[in-house]
Amino acid sequence: MYQIIKQILRTGIKSEAPPRPDDTLRDQVQMINTQILDYVGRALAIRHVDAGSCNGCELEIHCLNNPYYNIEGMGIHFVASPRHADMLLVTGPVSRHMELALKRTFDATPDPKLVVAVGDCGRDGGIFGTSYASCGGVSRVIPVDVVVPGCPPAPLAILQGILTAVSRRA
Amino acid sequence: MRLDDFPKLFPKLHGAMPVWHGSVDAEGWRSLCEQVLRGGGKLLALWGEDRSEGSSDVQDSNCDSRYAVHIALVTAPGLLVLSLPVDQDMPAFPDLSDLFPAADRMQRFIADLLGLHPAEGGDHRKWLRHASWPANVHPLRKSFDINTAYTTEADAYLFVPVTGSGVHEIAVGPVHAGTIEPGHFRFSVIGEKVLRLEERLGYKHKGIEKRFEGMTLEQGARLAGRISGDTTVAYAWAYAQAVESVTHTAPPLRSQWLRALFLELERLLNHLGDLGYIGNDAAFSFGFTQFWILKENLLRLNSELFGHRYLMDCIVPGGVTVDIDSASHSRVFNALMHIETGVTNLKNIYDEHAGVQDRFITTGRVSPDLAAQLGLTGLAGRASGQAWDLRAQFPCTPYDQLDVVMATHRNGDVAARVTVRFEEITESIRLIRAILEKIPQGEIVCTPGRAEHEHPGIGWVEGWRGEVLVALHTGSDNLIHRLHAHDPSWQNWPVLEHAVIGNIVPDFPLINKSFNLSYSGVDL
Repeated sequence: MYQIIKQILRTGIKSEAPPRPDDTLRDQVQMINTQILDYVGRALAIRHVDAGSCNGCELEIHCLNNPYYNIEGMGIHFVASPRHADMLLVTGPVSRHMELALKRTFDATPDPKLVVAVGDCGRDGGIFGTSYASCGGVSRVIPVDVVVPGCPPAPLAILQGILTAVSRRA
Repeated sequence: MRLDDFPKLFPKLHGAMPVWHGSVDAEGWRSLCEQVLRGGGKLLALWGEDRSEGSSDVQDSNCDSRYAVHIALVTAPGLLVLSLPVDQDMPAFPDLSDLFPAADRMQRFIADLLGLHPAEGGDHRKWLRHASWPANVHPLRKSFDINTAYTTEADAYLFVPVTGSGVHEIAVGPVHAGTIEPGHFRFSVIGEKVLRLEERLGYKHKGIEKRFEGMTLEQGARLAGRISGDTTVAYAWAYAQAVESVTHTAPPLRSQWLRALFLELERLLNHLGDLGYIGNDAAFSFGFTQFWILKENLLRLNSELFGHRYLMDCIVPGGVTVDIDSASHSRVFNALMHIETGVTNLKNIYDEHAGVQDRFITTGRVSPDLAAQLGLTGLAGRASGQAWDLRAQFPCTPYDQLDVVMATHRNGDVAARVTVRFEEITESIRLIRAILEKIPQGEIVCTPGRAEHEHPGIGWVEGWRGEVLVALHTGSDNLIHRLHAHDPSWQNWPVLEHAVIGNIVPDFPLINKSFNLSYSGVDL
């Protein structure tokens, strides 16, 4: 125990300031009532869905949980079921094999809900495009509020996308 | 034909790795595989090809047979790649799943995407095909247009039923509880003990191999780096090797050292991340936060020095796109020193923590015998006595000057896979230091020449998870006719099904994380 406490003290506090929301990331009219945002924004539950990524975006989403970005410290946490979620964070081109699972996950998420599409592939299919096996971007399958481009987008960019989705339009 | 004769009978392919390629008939195919198995060799990859040109369904007059299956076998002198022509009218090839159990899913993949079937034996259920295209459609045939879309319906797949008093099923996925890739796990359990696990993958199939077809050799590099994002360096290097083989290109010496630098950085990143997550899955979140600070520091250094946190697109055919100046060496040395100190402290804490060790030791055990029989590979294999590491056994430049020490253990449990990671971190830190001390000056990239027509090229790299193979078949005009990318997860996913038997269901996430296999790399 002594070693653990010593290591924690030696490490200190690593958390950095979060980014500002960015209106240019908005994809369409926000589905959620802006009055509700004031509440959701302080305690947001996110369900991540990998709909067919190369797993690069997942690496950066993992990083959001590290002490530098400290997403839980902001009241945002990842939950194990869409039924507990306010927001879906979706990566990848949506593979045709994940199309149904993504739709079902969206339906299982209680209203009102938000969707953030992550990465160039989440935006429009990226390098994998549209094909017999890929539906393309996330918005081809479910409605999307905010898109975060990048290959993969850095954790700060993903965090900015999340914060944009839960903020009022400037 | 005797196995020992192949280096004399078959031509050696140009390039960095010892690879021989030859064509055989069905009898030679089985016989050589049997000899490889008896001689202690192993199956690396199995893939199929439609050799016809363009999109017409008529037989191409230039081809003896319209189809072919190819196999890559690891033998004492190096990699043996065999090609077996397959008849258009009788699209079957000899089953190998009795020799190499790992061949089973690869054969089902060939059946789904090319319509070539193992003649007898094996599992004839579909694998990568769910319900997005009909059974009589085979997307990797040249007559299939990549943009053909069928309506998706619900998938019908027969899991092996487990019956008996008190047995029940737990179905998990494709959408999992954590931030991980999609796949389906069907557990048959009694109480909380796992009797059987059956995996159903293929959810991420996004047509990568079809997408490669018709790309130029230059265009393919970017896609190769996105087959499995966490292994982007190893895939990019393997792809570059394959292209350099078919174009007879020798990348500048300095670029080869930089490639090894990137590969070891990738290994460090993944091992640090895994050690954190394995701690987390043993309910020790302290481990996660600590290891992920170390990982984040290294990611930021990568971004500053090389322009990308995961080093995507840094390796291209002909060399690398980014260099390191000597002033930056000290920054890397500094970072390594911090990682070394941090990892030493954390290893002591993991070792001394009774709760963590209780979860690690004897959990998810794969005995060396079982590992050898099933072909467990890479870092998971090395934790179960399978002493294979390309960097030590077939070292290309610069590994031939670095004397890589392979980490091997025999316990085969989560604890052993953790120990292998700790030891490989130490070794990678040593390698990175040695690389930066010895790296020669010079150019970092050259322009690859023109590719030979209808020629095979192989790339073979020891990624952090295990051996990555890129098999390239060129068409005309520097275009890719067929590309198969092979992830070590093909071998290791089926072994995970065995590793969990007799363990409790709540230990599955921990066991799974200790393997950390790629879904994207095998769903393609």
